[in-house]
Amino acid sequence: MSTQESYVTEDGRTIGPTVMEMKNITLRFGGVKAITDISFDIREGEIRAIIGPNGAGKSSMLNVISGFYVPQEGEVWYKGKKRPPMKPYQVAEQGIARTFQNIALFEGMTVLDNVMTGRIRQMNAGLLSQAIWKGKAEKEEIANREAVEKIIDFLEIQAIRKTPVGRLPYGLKKRVELARALAAEPSILLLDEPMAGMNVEEKEDMSRFILDMNDEFGTTIALIEHDMGVVMDLSDRVVVMDYGKKIGDGTPDEVRSNQAVIDAYLGVAHD
Amino acid sequence: MFYREAGDFKTSYSKDNQTFPIKIDRVGYYLVLLVAFLVVPFMLNDYWVNAIFLPFLIYSIAAIGLNILVGYCGQVSLGTGGFMAVGAYACYKLMTTFPDINIFFHVIIAGGITGLVCVVFGLPSLRIKGFYLAVATLAAQFFLVWLFNRVPWFYNYSASGQINAPERTVFGIEVTGANTEAWATYLFCLVFVVASAWIARNLTRGMTGRKWMAIRDMDIAAEIIGVNPLKAKISAFAVSGFFVGISGALFFAVYLGAVEVGEAFGITKSFLVLFMIIIGGLGSIFGSFAGAAFLVLLPVVLKVVGVDMLGWPTDMVAHLQLVIVGGLIILFLILEPHGLAQLWRVTKQKLRLWPFPH
Ligand SMILES: Nc1ncnc2c1ncn2[C@@H]1O[C@H](COP(=O)(O)OP(=O)(O)OP(=O)(O)O)[C@@H](O)[C@H]1O
Ligand SMILES: [Mg+2]
Repeated sequence: MSTQESYVTEDGRTIGPTVMEMKNITLRFGGVKAITDISFDIREGEIRAIIGPNGAGKSSMLNVISGFYVPQEGEVWYKGKKRPPMKPYQVAEQGIARTFQNIALFEGMTVLDNVMTGRIRQMNAGLLSQAIWKGKAEKEEIANREAVEKIIDFLEIQAIRKTPVGRLPYGLKKRVELARALAAEPSILLLDEPMAGMNVEEKEDMSRFILDMNDEFGTTIALIEHDMGVVMDLSDRVVVMDYGKKIGDGTPDEVRSNQAVIDAYLGVAHD
Repeated sequence: MFYREAGDFKTSYSKDNQTFPIKIDRVGYYLVLLVAFLVVPFMLNDYWVNAIFLPFLIYSIAAIGLNILVGYCGQVSLGTGGFMAVGAYACYKLMTTFPDINIFFHVIIAGGITGLVCVVFGLPSLRIKGFYLAVATLAAQFFLVWLFNRVPWFYNYSASGQINAPERTVFGIEVTGANTEAWATYLFCLVFVVASAWIARNLTRGMTGRKWMAIRDMDIAAEIIGVNPLKAKISAFAVSGFFVGISGALFFAVYLGAVEVGEAFGITKSFLVLFMIIIGGLGSIFGSFAGAAFLVLLPVVLKVVGVDMLGWPTDMVAHLQLVIVGGLIILFLILEPHGLAQLWRVTKQKLRLWPFPH
């Protein structure tokens, strides 16, 4: 099927045309090739998984999308346009939000403030208006607080909204980080191992949130995950990486029966 | 009367966003303002104003300014003395060049000028952090003092090399010069303190403050979620400089009246204000006041108790003061980085539960 046409999945969700396309990305750190000539696309409304053994280059790929790493070769296309070199905050301004493999919350701030920070794109009152807390600043603060409260309800973290993030247990931190990314109302949401280090229950909760997010808000999601069961359940399409190369790309079923993928997973020790 | 929030339900987000969400705090705050504006001015004499109230008020503004930079945005600065000097000299030049404009505006414009200067010296922060930034701001400190000593234009070519505040009035009442009344200088400074605290509080509870704190807590993550690090740091330096400049202008024009730059705005001033925010609490407006009050009162109390009551020699008391401050700095840095403000918060938290701690 052409990547420009929409289609409807078995469970009734509409997958739109390509929103982001990585073309022949190569990323080197000195002599180390973290990513070698990888191309893949992300379509509107889909859940796109990136899997692969440790050190395969998955996080590096998200960092390229975020603008944090600049690839030596290749192009990033976003919404039909080739993306010029950009700083990470400019990428965020374009509507790409993310979470990190090692939680990157603002530890000294409350949960509420952390999530509110996610709304940078929606809040642009001038310094003067903010200084006197009148006019645009005040209106904006209230309107965005309402939006953030919806996300806080959705992720079931109402009880901790005034707690400093530093005091939260790991599982809740992961959830707060997701809330912050979701608060941005992103066009694409990048999740780097959202379930790493969680127990089965927490994983189930997180899976439910990801599915609901995609379903209710139509958020396009690209996620890295090691738990194969989760990946097969959640994702529409999967990219498989190994040693910086792409060794598979397709629906979960296609990927599962791909010999190169099976070899990579049997041949390489991973957790 | 119990210290409680029970029954004090928030029905809107704007109410939940208040600076003092608990009613007793709110009432207490208005009470303090009322006393500060309507009672204290009638009880003041020259000693109280010069030994305690003026330095407390003026250092509070400086501490708020530095706290925005260090406590909220996480950028170290050892240049506070130099930036206060910028405020002082800017105010002096404005006062002598535009004698018809009210001193009130001179002080504000002096703050603005200091904000700009602070931004220039803050530019290295885009490249360097921590220790190296501290060294860079230290260089700013020495450079600025040298500049004001060396270029006679800044002190209007006066023979002494000093600057002297001419007599200026607000509503016909003298606030600078030799013939000021205690209550007038106090009220003039108080207005700036209240306005500064209010503005700082508004900025730090809104998006600007969140961006500063995001940069402080994790600059890389902040940038990836959309904080422009350049704008965030520059705005912190600008706002910080604005307040520090105002405090420098008041320190010169209202408090000292005559200034020799190396003496009034030397490196010790930078450390003094830094110690205020460490003891008071990094990242807290209230802490800025607490720290300023503490370090202004400490020498006064030590002198009254040590020299006047116990008859200790003056130099021993002076040394004792250094030991106490040094010890406290170490103690707070190790045990309670959020300073007196945090101790106050913890006490309130306990009170909220008292008398049923479980
Ligand atoms: N900043 C960096 N400097 C040097 N090498 C790096 C850097 N970031 C990643 N690498 C290297 O690039 C390779 C890919 O790393 P990456 O973190 O992308 O793997 P990953 O697939 O996310 O692995 P994991 O499952 O362990 O998270 C690794 O060999 C890693 O050592
Ligand atoms: Mg990784």
